[in-house]
Amino acid sequence: MILPVFLWSDLLIYTLIASVGLFLWQLRKNPQAKKRWSGVFASKVGMASFIVILFYILISLLDSLHYREPLPQLNGVEQQEVAYSSEVKSVLDIVLSPLHSSNESTYSAPFALHSFAKENMTDTNGAIYRDFPRLKNAGSHLTDVRERSWDILWRSVLAILLGILIAAVPIAAHKYYRNKIAQGTADHSGSDAVPWNVAYSTVLIISVIGCWVLSLSEFYHILGTDKVGSDVLYQSIKAIRTGVLIGTLATLVTLPLAIILGISAGYFKGWVDDVVQYTYTTLSSIPGILLIAASVLLIDVYIETHAEQFNLTTLRSDFKFLALCAILGLTSWTGLCRMLRAETLKVSQLDYVQAAHAFGVSHRRVIGKHILPNVTHLILIAIVLDFSMFVLAEAVLSYIGVGVDPDMHSWGNMINAARSELSRDPVVWWSVSAAFILMFTLVLAANLFSDEVRNAFDPNTAKGDS
Amino acid sequence: MLAYIIRRFLYAIPILIGVNILTFALFFMVNTPDQMARVQLGDKHITQQDINNWKAQRGYDKPLFINAEKQGLETLTQTIFFDKSIKLLAFDFGKSDEGRSIGGDIQERMWPSLAVQVPTFIIGILVNICFALIIVMFRASLFEFSALTFCVMLLSISAVFYILGGQFLFAKLWNLVPISGYLGGADALRFLILPIIIGVMAGIGAGTRMYRTIFIEEASRDYIRTARAKGVSELNLLFKHLLPNGMIPVLTGVVVVIPQLFMGSLLMESFFGIPGLGSYTLDAIQAQDFAVVRAMVFLGSVLYIIGLLLTDISYTLVDPRVKLS
Repeated sequence: MILPVFLWSDLLIYTLIASVGLFLWQLRKNPQAKKRWSGVFASKVGMASFIVILFYILISLLDSLHYREPLPQLNGVEQQEVAYSSEVKSVLDIVLSPLHSSNESTYSAPFALHSFAKENMTDTNGAIYRDFPRLKNAGSHLTDVRERSWDILWRSVLAILLGILIAAVPIAAHKYYRNKIAQGTADHSGSDAVPWNVAYSTVLIISVIGCWVLSLSEFYHILGTDKVGSDVLYQSIKAIRTGVLIGTLATLVTLPLAIILGISAGYFKGWVDDVVQYTYTTLSSIPGILLIAASVLLIDVYIETHAEQFNLTTLRSDFKFLALCAILGLTSWTGLCRMLRAETLKVSQLDYVQAAHAFGVSHRRVIGKHILPNVTHLILIAIVLDFSMFVLAEAVLSYIGVGVDPDMHSWGNMINAARSELSRDPVVWWSVSAAFILMFTLVLAANLFSDEVRNAFDPNTAKGDS
Repeated sequence: MLAYIIRRFLYAIPILIGVNILTFALFFMVNTPDQMARVQLGDKHITQQDINNWKAQRGYDKPLFINAEKQGLETLTQTIFFDKSIKLLAFDFGKSDEGRSIGGDIQERMWPSLAVQVPTFIIGILVNICFALIIVMFRASLFEFSALTFCVMLLSISAVFYILGGQFLFAKLWNLVPISGYLGGADALRFLILPIIIGVMAGIGAGTRMYRTIFIEEASRDYIRTARAKGVSELNLLFKHLLPNGMIPVLTGVVVVIPQLFMGSLLMESFFGIPGLGSYTLDAIQAQDFAVVRAMVFLGSVLYIIGLLLTDISYTLVDPRVKLS
């Protein structure tokens, strides 16, 4: 039996996803919000970027189901207690198991059959010579090195066909379902607004790339290996969880602070406003990166002095990771807070709010019913913008040495290693390129999506919204 | 005006005190000097005596707030809080954990930082404004759409990649400039040109988009419509009418960062080996030299507050309708 491990970050991300689901379920009843959201998904860019983000979130959710495997029992000895391996694995590792187990001794280029560095080897006569050794886990099925290109080619063709096939099934099913609904209602006006073809092609592209990567990575290191010979593809996929979680959890920390303080400052005015303004001016006057660095150093000291609480490396890095999210959140709520305060000041002067006061409606109800719905667009835009900001910040922080634990897979740690790799000759370019591509795709999707959310929700830019 | 400035200065004092208390709490109460000493000296085989010596050398052996052993005013002044925090308010930064004068270091390292930051800042603004104007000129066209998409792509790339890519292309592949390092005097130009180019590049995405929004908003004003109705040519409209008015929000928006140019850029300076304040801070973080970090936190917040003040003043200078009171 395996032993499930619940890390705090796993629990948090699943609670978060559940509450977002619940929130969206509630939103169904609100026609105005529904219209706004359908505006986001009516645009091709919004749809495509949403699916890409969803794909990233899916991977990080898979990577957030952790367990420990039991160690193999010793022969013939009946053990009372099962000992568990100290390595914490996730469900994603099962999918990626061929990658995880295929270690080399050092650097190797993408699709290479030979190692990057020369080693001493003995030939059949016993003489020692220096050459590039064959990799243990790349192309070992090939009898002749020259077959490689053909092998890659026909495997790619097969994988792409398989990818198309896998994507075609749900797409066809969805299309059939849509046609059926359209026939039933005989009303074509609403359903055409969503660019389903864009959604289909995005799913198709993701499926084809996924299939190609998975099937080829069984035989080659398609993104090469790093200094200690572990697969770069595996590292960069594992880093997705770190990136997505740091974006979502840190944003989650900023929200309650910014919303509660911002709205109460704008609504109650007086001394509450003074205190809130003082707090955020003080906080934002401290250079953000220094505050983060100082806090992370303190967390390091805490971990060092309380080492007994963290018996597993994974527990330690998870604690540090959560602390980092909290610190990032605590230092970056001021921008949203300032905006919410200004907007609340404006909204609370409006006639219907004054009318609500005259009717003796309680503060709580006025804020909940009249103020909050009118500032939601600011919050939504900030959520999506903050997300991409935090993903980018992780890379910089890891470079400075105050980011996530070095044991944790993250794009920042990969980039950090790139500094020495790029100065080698020949250049080791694959590790940093892998981090770049995966990070760029996520941040670009988030930025494009945030633009669409802004277009749909911001009253200043909303077009054709009568 | 003068009364306003004085009042703003007075308003800055509680903020600086707040910053001071916050950093003091972070550095001395959450993380006691004992723990600091333990980390600095390394974990193994250290005795309480070693820790006490380390603390005494750096003046961390006093009580936090109240020194009961001393008489009179000294009960308050002979404490860590007074020594390490209150003195910052008088810009007395004290000594780093290595024993060097922090104030002297800052004065020395300020110049390389400025040498990178000021040109980056000025060229960056000019380039961004040019791009934004070009985009506004061709608004509602395929060009605008592709240019904006390109901007989103540029701003989705982490600054680290710009630096790594730039170093790789310009310095390693094409051998145009040295990869990193710094020399004083005229030689500095060779070392500065790449950081400046990369700094400008990294800011284009976000900057152009922001200025475009400002200019587009300006373009929907009545005076622009009137000018166009009178038959002013598009180019004249852009440069003689839109640009001067659009510069008001642009300038007042950037004033707040001008004082912070002193602080240097952490990433740039450490990648290019420029001995400025950014790399100074980074080294301090990595060596856990909290005295330097505290000084830089304080300096940063002072500069930020000066920036806020300059922003307010610049509003009155460029827009006579705004009155400070």
